[in-house]
Amino acid sequence: MEVTSMRFVRQAHASLTNPGLQHALGRLQAKFVSARADAIAELDDFEATRRAATAVRARVIAGLDEWLERFEAAVRANGGEVHWAVDAQAAQRELVAIARRHGVRKVAKSKSMATEECAINEALAAAGIDVIETDLGEYILQLANERPSHIVAPVVHKNKEEVADLFADRHQRARQTDIAALCREAREMLRPQFLSADMGLSGANFLVAETGSALIVTNEGNGRLVTTLPRVHVVLVGIEKVVPTLEDAALLLRLLPRSATGQSITNYVSVLTGPRRSGDPDGPEHFHVILVDNGRSRLLGDELEPMLRCIRCGACMNHCPVYQAIGGHPYGWVYPGPMGSVLTPSLVGLADTLDLPNASTLCGACSVVCPVSIPLPDLLRTLRTRQWQQRLRSRRERLALTLWAFVAHHPRLYRFATAVLARVLRVFGGRRGLIRWLPLGRGWLQGRDLPAPQSRTFLELYRKQQSP
Amino acid sequence: MRVGLFVTCLVNLMRPRIGEAALRLLAAAGVEVQVPEEQSCCGQPNYNGGDLNAARMLARKLLRDFDDCDYIVVPSGSCASTIRTHYPQLFTDTADHNSIASLATRTRELTEFLVDVAGFDTPPGRFDGSVTYHDSCSGLRELGIQHQPRTLLTRLPGARLVEMAQAEQCCGFGGAFAVKYGELSTHIADAKCRDIAATGADAISAGDLGCLLNIEGRLRRRGDHKTQVLHIAELLAGAEATWK
Repeated sequence: MEVTSMRFVRQAHASLTNPGLQHALGRLQAKFVSARADAIAELDDFEATRRAATAVRARVIAGLDEWLERFEAAVRANGGEVHWAVDAQAAQRELVAIARRHGVRKVAKSKSMATEECAINEALAAAGIDVIETDLGEYILQLANERPSHIVAPVVHKNKEEVADLFADRHQRARQTDIAALCREAREMLRPQFLSADMGLSGANFLVAETGSALIVTNEGNGRLVTTLPRVHVVLVGIEKVVPTLEDAALLLRLLPRSATGQSITNYVSVLTGPRRSGDPDGPEHFHVILVDNGRSRLLGDELEPMLRCIRCGACMNHCPVYQAIGGHPYGWVYPGPMGSVLTPSLVGLADTLDLPNASTLCGACSVVCPVSIPLPDLLRTLRTRQWQQRLRSRRERLALTLWAFVAHHPRLYRFATAVLARVLRVFGGRRGLIRWLPLGRGWLQGRDLPAPQSRTFLELYRKQQSP
Repeated sequence: MRVGLFVTCLVNLMRPRIGEAALRLLAAAGVEVQVPEEQSCCGQPNYNGGDLNAARMLARKLLRDFDDCDYIVVPSGSCASTIRTHYPQLFTDTADHNSIASLATRTRELTEFLVDVAGFDTPPGRFDGSVTYHDSCSGLRELGIQHQPRTLLTRLPGARLVEMAQAEQCCGFGGAFAVKYGELSTHIADAKCRDIAATGADAISAGDLGCLLNIEGRLRRRGDHKTQVLHIAELLAGAEATWK
């Protein structure tokens, strides 16, 4: 998957000047923020639940290798197979090999960010295998040849009119504008695909180590069809998604939909455990799990390790003033918002994502809502520190901060320099006391005035007051 | 009780009358205050920029400047939180950790100190009109400051507190963020300005000058020259600066 994070500023500008997108983002905020608040209020004790959930995830991550081996053993005992993929290319190879082995010509997918991360659709297409997205949002994106802009609501950046145009064009049918009619049309197009697919490909919200199960939460029911109708079911999932027991998964389920969409529970919660056994009325003949590392294990034992607790609810982005302003695409890879600004540099590298850790006000709204207490602002600061240590920041920024620290460390110099600066800024402020232009001041001044200072510093005035 | 006022670099440079107001409030609360003249910056720009060595250097300096104070009072939630929340993280496993941790526990944001420590609830100022209050992020989420400024505002003669929608939403300042991502920062500030305008309040107040410069700068550029933008200390002490 191409990384365009280095074009963040330009991409953000495109979002800020797109009225349709701005309207859609406004609705997202209004809907998800209040829905989450209401759903969280239903819990007797959110903080206690969150502490317990955090502890479960932290325990798994601390012993990740062991939990994964337990999971693998349980899957094998159920008659399934486990494949380990060190990176995206390995995941693609494993999946194509499985498809070839089972003579698969068509793959039906349910929504999965891990498959986005591994560019699975492109790899399947290159191998001559048809792939069809069956989550409504992902289906729309596949038709439009676009990327998800949100990890839970992938098509949040598009409005109904755009979908109507898209369907009319791609389906060659009369244009529908009613949402129910559009959904019906998508369903009519998708039904035959479930029935004719040889392989169902899903992600997983959790992997349960004790039972060898993949647990997925969905609202549309497509996930259940994808995982039970085709003869082969493949779960492609990041290694960090494992939890010890079904009980642990149940605990996390109290928080995941509430944090994500404000639902007490999703319409479907599927626990998928191995291939069909004799006597089972349905289910796949073959069950495979591809465990994808793709850089995750590098975070183990690192300051950024808490990021591996993430359960991909999207609450951080729903509450982020930056995400709310620009949506997901400017972040330039698979994962947007605060979690993406930590995960993307961690997985694809600091040097290709320079803006991401810095394009945050560190307001902390994300860490307040995170159901597994990931200290996102601290992790963003950690990444900034690494940028600094690796000399990845602009010379101007390095110079400004170094100079500032030097001045602030020398009281007489500090008092002198600030006194001069106050007078200079006062002059730029003019009669109204508002600065509209300054050398190097464009970043601030392009959209704002700068209220001018009083022309004497506090320390000057205070000294004068003490010795009149 | 020895109380030191750390005015912050932004107040020192951009709006000294906030420091003056803080001194008047502390005097009204019956607290004797010292103002170490060697003080400068807490190092937050360097800390948030990832330049931790410089941040540590300025933290040690602040420790020297205020070491003999029982309390360090700061008219800024984000600077207070840099000292209280983040300094200890900077000095984990170092010889300075204990003295830094002690400095951290003695640091209070201004309204927090007035209400929680000094038990002060009779602000000497007066403001005839309605005021809306913006919760600055670090003060709110890292220090839990929310009721203290409101307690004081509701006791300010003449003033009427009107809450804006999303008072807890970030104004888009974010320090260097406001300069590096000016367009984005302005867009976020715009949402704050709309929420402020919707209250029809005569004044918008907050506990952090950074947010206030951002909000005032955007309000003025939008053509609003009427809404007063005042630091909570200025409001509570009376906005008139007397030092010349």
